[in-house]
Amino acid sequence: MSEERQPISTGPEWTFELIQEYDQELARLADKFRLDTFPNQIEVISSEQMMDAYSSTGMPLMYSHWSFGKQFLHTQQNYERGRMGLAYEIVINSNPCIAYLMEENTMTMQALVLAHASYGHNSFFKGNYLFQTWTDADSIIDYLMFAKKYVAECEEKYGVEAVEDVMDACHALMNQGVNRYKRPRPLSAAKERERQEERAEYIQRTLNDIWSTIPKAEEIEETKVKRFPEDPEENILYFLEKNAPLLETWQRELLRIVRKVAQYYYPQRQTQVMNEGWATFWHYTLLHELYDEGKVTEGFMLEFLHSHSSVIYQPPFDSPNYSGINPYTLGFSMFTDIKRICEDPTDEDKEWFPDIAGSDWLETLHFAMKNFKDESFILQFLSPKVMRDLRLFSIFDDETKSYLEVNAIHDDPGYKEVRESLAAQYNLGNREPNIQVYDVDVRGDRTLTLRHYQHESRPLEAPSTDELLRHIHRLWQFDVKLDSVADDKIGKSFCCPEAK
Amino acid sequence: MSIIIDRRLNGKNKSTVNRQRFLDRYRKHIKKAVSEAVNKRSITDVESGSQVTIPTKDLSEPFFRHGQGGRYKQVHPGNKEFISGDRIKRPNGGQGQGSGKGKAGNSGEGMDEFSFQINHEEFLNHMFDDLELPNLVRKQLQDSTEYKMKNAGYTSEGSPDRLNIVRSLKSAHARRIALGGGARREVRALRRKLRELEVSADTTNMEEVEQLRIQIKELNNKLKKLPFIDDFDLKYNNLIKVPSPSNKAVMFCVMDVSGSMTQEIKDMAKRFFILLYLFLQRNYKEIEVVFIRHHTAAKEVDEDDFFYSRETGGTIVSSALEMTRDIIDDRYSPNDWNIYVAQASDGDNWEGDSSVCSKILTEQILSKVQYFSYVEITDRAHQNLWREYESLNEQFPDQFAMEQIKTPNDIYQVFRRLFEKKETA
Repeated sequence: MSEERQPISTGPEWTFELIQEYDQELARLADKFRLDTFPNQIEVISSEQMMDAYSSTGMPLMYSHWSFGKQFLHTQQNYERGRMGLAYEIVINSNPCIAYLMEENTMTMQALVLAHASYGHNSFFKGNYLFQTWTDADSIIDYLMFAKKYVAECEEKYGVEAVEDVMDACHALMNQGVNRYKRPRPLSAAKERERQEERAEYIQRTLNDIWSTIPKAEEIEETKVKRFPEDPEENILYFLEKNAPLLETWQRELLRIVRKVAQYYYPQRQTQVMNEGWATFWHYTLLHELYDEGKVTEGFMLEFLHSHSSVIYQPPFDSPNYSGINPYTLGFSMFTDIKRICEDPTDEDKEWFPDIAGSDWLETLHFAMKNFKDESFILQFLSPKVMRDLRLFSIFDDETKSYLEVNAIHDDPGYKEVRESLAAQYNLGNREPNIQVYDVDVRGDRTLTLRHYQHESRPLEAPSTDELLRHIHRLWQFDVKLDSVADDKIGKSFCCPEAK
Repeated sequence: MSIIIDRRLNGKNKSTVNRQRFLDRYRKHIKKAVSEAVNKRSITDVESGSQVTIPTKDLSEPFFRHGQGGRYKQVHPGNKEFISGDRIKRPNGGQGQGSGKGKAGNSGEGMDEFSFQINHEEFLNHMFDDLELPNLVRKQLQDSTEYKMKNAGYTSEGSPDRLNIVRSLKSAHARRIALGGGARREVRALRRKLRELEVSADTTNMEEVEQLRIQIKELNNKLKKLPFIDDFDLKYNNLIKVPSPSNKAVMFCVMDVSGSMTQEIKDMAKRFFILLYLFLQRNYKEIEVVFIRHHTAAKEVDEDDFFYSRETGGTIVSSALEMTRDIIDDRYSPNDWNIYVAQASDGDNWEGDSSVCSKILTEQILSKVQYFSYVEITDRAHQNLWREYESLNEQFPDQFAMEQIKTPNDIYQVFRRLFEKKETA
């Protein structure tokens, strides 16, 4: 402490110059820790603008839809009643990476947000394999611009109501609108526009092949055996876009837009714990680094630690505030613990993590960030210590029993089980029902059959499923049927229109 | 290097469109909420916005999700006393939240209702939706003494303050082109000739060259003398007077303040008057309100006295009607004013006066007013005034309307009935 401390700022007020100075310092440190980022675009906005951004899924531009209005009213109501603070930041996976700072924040909060969003999230977006594979940071803004314009044009031509009918159905099917295994073609707004006409014509032509009413006498007998589609299709929106018999071209294009947006968000849904954990780990590390260099004051650190600890607060399961595991807490604890295992491994760590115990922590952390998603990250790196610290326990719910059972806790026999259950909990495949397009009665009444493959015999929730079928029916425009299948036996069936 | 942008000055109402879409979609719900709000809230409150609550199930955005049942495991934090193998009673109410919500926010219980705020303007819009002012005829044009100035092209005469500079300069420019055209053409021709002569080696033409130069100079001088701007060029904005239909309304609040009127009844009447006032406000630029209270004699008073001072005595309704008539004749010529009269009473009137009332109304008032509405605030049987008015109602279905209010909850309904949009097919 012999060195003179020379803090960048001392008061709570921020200025553009100060933000710039902090940003430069943080960039220097990020470099030191090999955080590879997209260029940053930092935008200062007011709280009203933050609410706007909130309600259009965080995007700087988005097509219009009533559900965003609902979201907005909800946010506004809660904010004005003081029931909820606005997020301090929103960050967008784009190139440049756009981060919003709220003008109401103090200097400390702005620095925290910079570290968290512009260096933490940003490097995650750039480095994680899911984002690299599934999203195109370069073109998302362009694409949304195209989408917004296209939707507006459709509204003008066909009326808001007609567009909303389609959009409502699409939004409901959003989770069924992603390709889980195939890499989508890169987005490009310019090409989208060019190809749109071409595609329209092509679809209409191929459709006619499927639906051709001119009988092809020779094949009739054999073809009946074949299903259409030959292999089940998990991307329902894609299937409808390409095959729904009566949709207009513009309606197909709307399906496509929603599908593309859903696909863009897909990696985020799979990496919530990692992404937040990574960003939290880095704001914590970078700001401490600044403190060690004497660039920030003690007051700054107190304020920072106060909000840091409220971000990573995990209410216990029996608290009225409990609403599941806080991804910030889990992610932050895990990354911090990985660092500890590398630097200062115990015997337990050496037994559980022989590969990483004692290795270079920065190297390991980067490796973990780049090559995993929540599910595999937890399966690979959740250590007994974190389980103990968070006092994790697993509960088994079996509808055939009248009670719940604690099947594992944070003790030696339970570690593996807790870890596996927790990982499974973050597997979107388990979390969301598995529903696929199974068959179309091509020669008959065009009934579309979907199949729900039950996982652990978990049923679909009936009211929302009925509503969903109505939405699908609106797009398909012929009968729609959904069978729940368990062990190759068809269980409950849903129909729209309801059983005649 | 990061770019820092100040976006605070950019528009902040990006969500307006979406908000409006949402409101349109749930119009029905909002209207219901508004009419409930009107009934419940106190009168001084009508100016503010309102909270609207919609059951969540009506605006769900469904998605495929797991229902209750089957087998699943769920990991929770904060274990205190459990060990493996413990059995716990299944919490009732079905803990469905384990299933799908990865990010449940802070509303663990799940909301049953979705509520939000609409502002005053929207509140009124919904409140008065589908209502119209009876006989909403803007006062006739020819009798109107009010005029509006309106732009009507340009003239070449006018006062300097209306000078239109752009037009004037345009016209000056045009004139200069037109008048100078001949001379310029000549200059061009002479110049060409001059060039040819200068180029030719022949020196004998020197004199002719000199001649040409002089000619050109003269022509140029002539061109220069064309005035830059002339009286003739000046153009003035032409304003004309157009008669404008009257945008003024006067509202007469007539109320019985005799002993039989309790404060409660007066409060109900007040609400009715406020509704009417707000309603008029949406349709007219300028509204005046005249308060006339009466027992056996009528008196014009200010608002405070009207609602809150107490009087005792009998009731002679015709006194107030006479006063209304006199004030109309005095100050509010039906040619200039849209006249609305709202009368509130508990139905008491002195025997024998009711027929006088109906006579004054038919002969002297109804022909001048846009609308006369009568509300009777009572839960007793109707008395002679009501019966007398009933016959009026048949005679003047367009100008005259009457309704009965029994409880505060009726007020808004009655108001709506009185001002309902009439089918004019």
